Amino acid sequence: MYALVALISGLVFGLGLAFSEMTNPAVVLGFLDIFGDWNPSLMIVMASAIAVGMIGYTIKNKRIKPLLADDWQIPSLRHIDKKLIIGSGLFGIGWGLSGYCPGPGLTALTNNPSEGFYFITALILGSAIYQLQNRISH
Amino acid sequence: MDSILNPLVGGLLIGLTATAYLLIKGKILGISGILTQLLFTRKRWIPLLFLIGLIIGGGAYGTLTNQTVAFPDDRSPLLLIISGLLVGYGTRLGGGCTSGHGVCGISRLSPRSIVATLTFMLTAIITVALTK
Repeated sequence: MYALVALISGLVFGLGLAFSEMTNPAVVLGFLDIFGDWNPSLMIVMASAIAVGMIGYTIKNKRIKPLLADDWQIPSLRHIDKKLIIGSGLFGIGWGLSGYCPGPGLTALTNNPSEGFYFITALILGSAIYQLQNRISH
Repeated sequence: MDSILNPLVGGLLIGLTATAYLLIKGKILGISGILTQLLFTRKRWIPLLFLIGLIIGGGAYGTLTNQTVAFPDDRSPLLLIISGLLVGYGTRLGGGCTSGHGVCGISRLSPRSIVATLTFMLTAIITVALTK
């Protein structure tokens, strides 16, 4: 059951990225280019995704537990630290360089294979560097 | 009309996935987090299936939708590699990406996610302004 839900969720999410053209880094770069020829269409994507998400949280708050799990696993961290700011800042620089964030980078493996290959290989390496660094410091 | 309808439908689908994931599994949907599960935990099947679905669904681009902008080509591998390293490392350190912080986090008004989203939007906008 979990497996089918996971596959369908991924499929719908991917279709969402495709419809909003977030799969195309040129569209994403146009959205980020607010001082140039700005393409605001991704504002609509963000707004409609967040609106639906807010309805989801309202429903969640009226339920005792998830449909297929024993309890909610929502992050409870609230403090804003250096890791959050530096990490997000670095992510934004990477996103602005290519126009790929993780989801569209993965879909590029089929839409634009050579770009997807370089980007995702490096992304995995970046994640592995973090993993290693974290293991050494603990 | 497509220029409004397509992003509207796209956003709805993304929001619906996040909502379904929340109500079914009780978790926050984030692509960087799911990728981390696949790479560095023992629970590999579920994230793998999700990401396969994502790649198939996102690969429907151009067959299902009208492309308004051409895909970039001839970009330097070095640019893509530096970008991938920063995205891979940064999303781990910052604990999320556009989906986890940007969509899910803002939906539940998490202060950390709001700060994270403002930060990566700002550095991405500056990067585009400087490199264009």
